[in-house]
Amino acid sequence: MPFVVAITIGLLVAAGLYRLLGRTKIDTLIGLILISQGANLTLFASGGLKHNAPALLYGQDPATMTDPLPQALVLTAIVIGFGILAFLLTLVVRSQPK
Amino acid sequence: MNAEVILIIGLLAPLIGAVGCLFVGSRRPLPDGVAIAASTVSLTMALTLVALCANGSVHAVHAGSWPAPFGIVLVSDGFSSLMMSVSQLVVLASLIYANRSIGDRLRRRHFFPLVLTLSFGANGAFLTGDLFNLYVWFEVLLLSSFALMAALGGAKARLGTWTYVVINLISSLLFLVSAGLVYGKTGTLNFADLKIIIQNTESAFLIESSAALLLGAFAIKAALIPLAFWLPAAYPLLPPALSSLFSGLLTKVGLYALYRVFAMVFAGDADFPHREILFGVALVTMIGGVLGAVGQGDMRRILSFHIISQVGYMALALALFTPLAIAAGIFYLVHHIVVKANLFLVSGLVEKHAGSSSIQRTTGLLHSAPGIALLFAIPALSLAGIPPLSGFFAKFTLLRAAVEKGDVIAITVIVAVGLLTIFSMLKIWRAIFWGNRSDKVSPVPRSMTQTSFALGLVTIFIGLACAPVFELAQSAANGLLEPAAYLDAVLGSGNPKAP
Repeated sequence: MPFVVAITIGLLVAAGLYRLLGRTKIDTLIGLILISQGANLTLFASGGLKHNAPALLYGQDPATMTDPLPQALVLTAIVIGFGILAFLLTLVVRSQPK
Repeated sequence: MNAEVILIIGLLAPLIGAVGCLFVGSRRPLPDGVAIAASTVSLTMALTLVALCANGSVHAVHAGSWPAPFGIVLVSDGFSSLMMSVSQLVVLASLIYANRSIGDRLRRRHFFPLVLTLSFGANGAFLTGDLFNLYVWFEVLLLSSFALMAALGGAKARLGTWTYVVINLISSLLFLVSAGLVYGKTGTLNFADLKIIIQNTESAFLIESSAALLLGAFAIKAALIPLAFWLPAAYPLLPPALSSLFSGLLTKVGLYALYRVFAMVFAGDADFPHREILFGVALVTMIGGVLGAVGQGDMRRILSFHIISQVGYMALALALFTPLAIAAGIFYLVHHIVVKANLFLVSGLVEKHAGSSSIQRTTGLLHSAPGIALLFAIPALSLAGIPPLSGFFAKFTLLRAAVEKGDVIAITVIVAVGLLTIFSMLKIWRAIFWGNRSDKVSPVPRSMTQTSFALGLVTIFIGLACAPVFELAQSAANGLLEPAAYLDAVLGSGNPKAP
């Protein structure tokens, strides 16, 4: 599982960097979206990846639970990233010649 | 009122003001009044915090009363309260200045609430005691600055805005990944808790990768060469009230984060070569910035390159890493924020008066507007480091720290870059203020000159009352290097994790 996630993060960032260096603003935007997904996935994986373990069940042994904090962090990061990318898209649209 | 309440009011006043601005519409004097009132409240609270923290005490607010490594903490120590008050001073100046300089109704509607949310983000970044929250506050700050640039920069500044947004987004992603790595490796994001873990570890494994990413992220935000070229692309095209605010605030929040993280949190026995890297980068930034300024033909572009050069000085102070150097760096930050913001305000006065701030087209302001010449002379001489203004003491203490360390390269570069700074201030002076009087001049609203004059007075005050201000900087530097009070305030004195 960590192996698959690590490879996915690597692919996302590599593909993102490639698109980021493209010629048009849309290229840059798509590149940023891919890299930010890679960053979110890194954050998500930072608490350790447990298979089939929910976060925070009351009265259970902590060893059987997933760390809930990275999930909360990644949720915050996704929301912020979404807002900023929406803003960037507006900039792209506004800068197109009418 | 106890310190916790003061901290919360100081933090939230700009947010409440921003919401208020949205309700009162855009007609003078309503939004300006609300914004200026909110900013004044925040400034007063920040100054109170400076007074409370001057003796080295630290005040922490635990949100929701969650114990420290688990909940969100807001901490006010010497450094953060000092930074908060200086930045709020610049916000207040820019709001008063914009009252007359931004006349367009649509722009006024955006300007006041967004500047307040920007200062809300800056306050939060200064006060937070947690790495992930620092990221979130940075985003609050950046998103407001993006919107301000897009709304006020207009078509001319569009390319600069795009560059600025993209490079800052990349910096945020580096920051985010590094926060994830820190959490993965140490299991905590709280500065105080991290400090204890890093202090007690021998292996560099815990800090290497995260420190490298953080250095990259903050170097972009602080505009250190080679990651600084977004700055001269974006700043000169903005309205003066805005470029003054940005030059005083944005890169300095990045520097604050560098100081907080690399002087306090990531400073332990385990070794990561960030100080050597920072040292090289700082020297290149100082030289590159000042040489970049030489080739520019517009007052605002020259000033933009000088931001980069001056940021190098402050990064150098961090890289030297002696108690005197850190104190000198903090003093430099305080002095620089006021001076740089003021120089951009003066460039706005020049533009309003003569119609342009290009050094080819504008001449003779010494005859047509001697007042503006005086207002320029104060911060310009201070930036160049002429006694008895604030810049002299900033440069002098930094030089002294370098001499005590016996670092010949640093000494040479500090002196040489100082001389080149005088040279480019002279270039502006000679072209814009000397020469033949031009006829096409228009009067400048009094509130704009008065704002600049007030900031000039602050510069003179910091210069004349250098000893008490430097004592504040020294106590702030001690708080970073010996954070026992910080750890106590955040984790509680009876905490088993405390050393």
